[in-house]
Amino acid sequence: MRNITTKKTKSYQLVNRKVPYLFILPWIIGFLVFTLGPLILSLIMSFYNWPITSEPTFVGIDNYKTMFTADPQFYKSIIITLKFAAIFVPLNLAIALILALLITQPLKGMKFFRTIFYLPAVVSGVAISIIWGWIFNSEYGILNYLLSFLGIEGPRWLVDPKWALLTIVIASAWGVGIMMLIFYTNIKGIPAELYEAAAIDGAGPFRQFFSITIPSITPTILFNVITSVIGALQQLTLVLLLTGGGPLKSTYFYGLYVYNNAFKHHQLGYASANAWFMFIVILVLTMLIFKTSSTWVFYENEVKKEGKKGRRKNENIKRI
Amino acid sequence: MKISKGYKIIMYSLLGLFSLYFVLPFVWVILSALKTETEVFSYPPKIFPEVLQWKNFVDAWSSQPFGVYLKNSVIVTVMTTIGQLLSCSLIAYGFARFDFKFKNTLFVLMLATMMIPWDVTMIPLYMEFKMFGWINTLKPLIVPSFFGSAYYIFLLRQFLMGIPKDLESAARIDGANEFQIFYKIFIPIMKAPLILIAVLNMLSVWNDYLGPLIYLQDQSKYTLALGLAAFKGVHDLQILPIMSITLVMIVPPVVIFLFAQKYIVEGISGSVK
Repeated sequence: MRNITTKKTKSYQLVNRKVPYLFILPWIIGFLVFTLGPLILSLIMSFYNWPITSEPTFVGIDNYKTMFTADPQFYKSIIITLKFAAIFVPLNLAIALILALLITQPLKGMKFFRTIFYLPAVVSGVAISIIWGWIFNSEYGILNYLLSFLGIEGPRWLVDPKWALLTIVIASAWGVGIMMLIFYTNIKGIPAELYEAAAIDGAGPFRQFFSITIPSITPTILFNVITSVIGALQQLTLVLLLTGGGPLKSTYFYGLYVYNNAFKHHQLGYASANAWFMFIVILVLTMLIFKTSSTWVFYENEVKKEGKKGRRKNENIKRI
Repeated sequence: MKISKGYKIIMYSLLGLFSLYFVLPFVWVILSALKTETEVFSYPPKIFPEVLQWKNFVDAWSSQPFGVYLKNSVIVTVMTTIGQLLSCSLIAYGFARFDFKFKNTLFVLMLATMMIPWDVTMIPLYMEFKMFGWINTLKPLIVPSFFGSAYYIFLLRQFLMGIPKDLESAARIDGANEFQIFYKIFIPIMKAPLILIAVLNMLSVWNDYLGPLIYLQDQSKYTLALGLAAFKGVHDLQILPIMSITLVMIVPPVVIFLFAQKYIVEGISGSVK
């Protein structure tokens, strides 16, 4: 034992102190040039009136003032984005979880279904927008044709302000495979003994699902909630290509609002203020979810610790 | 455990039902791409084309400089993959196999950068690349990949943390220098996660729309994603070429995914714990 430790220290002494920094040097340079630099510049710009063609002028907090008090589109875009998130996040999470539960069933052909469900996740946003745009097409679209068999007269999806947001939800949820895969590997990792023990205790499939599966995957649920909320806030490609924000600005998402302020209206300073607002919202949201997580997220290592103390079950149930 | 027949039927019907949502759109695009103009614009829709119009692909391909777009897409995809593999393996190795001052601070900082929304850095980055004279070239899409990407570094570092330290100790005592240890011993070990990173990068770069949209102006510089979107923007009603090019665009990622599926599934299980 001692032999190994001395060997290790010796081996470490052989490393030149500068060498580790050489390995991570590319990241340090990239961080300064492509992340930290732009981040600081963006913050500075948010205090300037910065048109693309003429000289920038310092305006203090005017951009933020305008945003909060004199720009109705700012609030409208926030509401649209929140509406989207409120439908998309739970729906996406539920579909991902249902699909993951389906493909972890001990049945034949599950690998095949796993592949199928994941496939749209590798397709470009451009292709997704074209595919769904054609399906939702109000003149030649196959969807409304299929709906007519059920006696439903389909709406003019992308042209009707009432329905356009939903089309974006449906097209976005097509990429649910990534989240499904995360749940899938997580569920697969739950020890079989837990289920066996529960079955011996007489717990049925529903009881097993709520007392074993759900508590075991709460960290993953947390992770997926955070990433999909952040994803919803930044949604841009599909909106840009599928509806362009219309009809009647009914899908004028916050991401599109920032993008247009910058590259269409050329108000770089104002758009930077918009972007920083989004950044702060994302920071606060992430922290909030993490803070509240201790009340509902159950970490695996806690099971192990508590298991050693011999009170695994009671604690588990209390936590749920 | 015995599974009842009724249970099986319910499960397979659910699986089948969901499959419709994931598969039918693809099928519909394939069918649409192979129709004639009259067939594609008929309502009620004709489900199957009478004669498969393979020449739609040829017509579509020659209607725009799609060959040039394809070439640009391939250049960007290949170059960024090389860049990410080189940089991420070095950086992850540095974080995983050495002890140095500020290591943990720097690592946490790196993870935190993943939270920065694209919207915040897009404007200053545009200005920065403009200052470099890189606008309307492929450089803004390629060069940053040579400085690593937080998520890929994180994946690789997790993998490297799991390898016993004795490995390089022996080599050090034998007098090998750190870079020799890195590329002679560790690069071969990292094969699986490096393939994963290559695949993830190829998929995201091939599919990227916003980057090319902001940095590229001339058609001769367009990537396939941008070229297709631009074509659709102008010729909204030319459904046949739009559908054919969409299919062409989808095929490479799907093929890559089918071959590399194993790595993606395993990679995700390794990283999320």
